[in-house]
Amino acid sequence: MPLSIDNLISARAELTDNSSTKCPVVLMTRIRLARNLASHNFPGRAQAVERREVFAQCREAVMATKALKRGVSMAVNELEPLHRQVLVERHLISRELSNSSEGAGAIINKDQSVSVMINEEDHLRIQVLRNGLQLKRAWNAIDTLDTALEGTLDYAFSPRLGYITACPTNVGTGMRGSAMMHLPALVIAGQMEKVVRAVNQLGMVVRGLFGEGSDASGSMFQISNQTTLGESEVDIVKRLQNVLQSIVDHEMNARAKLLETNPAKLPDKIGRAYGVLKHGHIISSSEAMNLLSLVRLGVDLGYFPDELRTGIDRLFIEAQPGHISHRSGQKNLNSEQRDELRATHLREEFANFTTPGYASAVGEN
Amino acid sequence: MNHKVHKVDLCESCAQAKGVTDPSGFSLADLLLKASLNPEPDTVTGLRCEQCGFTPEEFKKTGRFGCPQCYETFTDIVSPMLDNMHKGTVHVGKVPERALLRKQLHDRLHNLETSLSEAIKSERYEDAAKFRDEIVQVREEAGLAPTPTS
Ligand SMILES: [Zn+2]
Ligand SMILES: [Zn+2]
Repeated sequence: MPLSIDNLISARAELTDNSSTKCPVVLMTRIRLARNLASHNFPGRAQAVERREVFAQCREAVMATKALKRGVSMAVNELEPLHRQVLVERHLISRELSNSSEGAGAIINKDQSVSVMINEEDHLRIQVLRNGLQLKRAWNAIDTLDTALEGTLDYAFSPRLGYITACPTNVGTGMRGSAMMHLPALVIAGQMEKVVRAVNQLGMVVRGLFGEGSDASGSMFQISNQTTLGESEVDIVKRLQNVLQSIVDHEMNARAKLLETNPAKLPDKIGRAYGVLKHGHIISSSEAMNLLSLVRLGVDLGYFPDELRTGIDRLFIEAQPGHISHRSGQKNLNSEQRDELRATHLREEFANFTTPGYASAVGEN
Repeated sequence: MNHKVHKVDLCESCAQAKGVTDPSGFSLADLLLKASLNPEPDTVTGLRCEQCGFTPEEFKKTGRFGCPQCYETFTDIVSPMLDNMHKGTVHVGKVPERALLRKQLHDRLHNLETSLSEAIKSERYEDAAKFRDEIVQVREEAGLAPTPTS
């Protein structure tokens, strides 16, 4: 029986259920490759007939790969708006894809670590997600999948320009490697501007977690490579890895410094956040992100047991508007209703949460 | 205290507004894209991609090309833009080897079939037999059915 969207959403997922890595600063790693078929117009230029043709051809190739053999395949125009939103909130499809129609779709594997979008900006956008900082593993997985696809699909490729993409900013490797980083101490200490500038100078880009146009709720940032031509995939991965590691170090230093200069400040913020999550009745999604961010910092500082980090990472996703509506089973909730349901869900989750022990290991990291 | 955390908005556009992003940052790619095109349209008017019908004006509007062929059609526009945008000018990464091999074999097969029909037409039967043997060999290499249906 094929997996449905609802089954997919309730299945165990790489990002929300995998507690094998205990990574204080990096929530997840993602690599995506942009690929196009040689003898077709790009999706933005193609007529409906051609888009459908490309969709069928790509879908068949993708469903034949080992990674996606048992995946869910969906056409965007057959998806309910709420399901599209849930998939966007899980980083499984882009907002751009969720707004497009004819011949656009995605194929996602059961644990949601691999997703392939068809007819987004490019014919294929292949994506592999891993929790924590696992760039090399993500690259190996996506490399294998890409090679399998190339066995049957004729990619648009030029020996000089590499993989040809709709936008010239992606030409070459077509690769974007990124990490979602949780940087509360750098934010509190007012050092993010400095970090952004330094990262830019190294040819990398910093954005708020939830993509363009959204703020950096929860002190979450996405760092990714900017250029794709003139550097191999493996070198991009290496360079990105170095930059990420140095940001991790800066965040850790900022935490140590905050604890040193004002020992009560962080525990106070974290304790208050915990209190609101446990007892609040109206919580907006951006407030939820910021509260969860502080409690996550509390886990990193040893105020809560390590195992709780996975649960908090799951709540980052479940507290978003689409997930709240979907969980409620009611359509057309307004934002006040959602804020109450969100608070209820968080209260229920935090009822079982361990009471913090503030005397714990400081500077253990 | 929490409000301080709320206030730090560092999405791309806010960062730009605050002058946070360095000139070498991502948003520059788009800027360069526009800037490098601005003086161009007049001099290249009439240029149109044969494959998809795209014009430089359409590219300027969307920042996206219409088809893979556009990169050849608009090479004079593309090249300086890519130079400014990227680390290098030539691809040094992964190569889709199986797809390229397939294309190579396909092209060879196409040439052989042309040669074969020309040989038959001009009654060079010895040559024709040679081409036929080669076709069988190439088809085998390409994993295709041993004999063409034609
Ligand atoms: Zn549902
Ligand atoms: Zn074209």
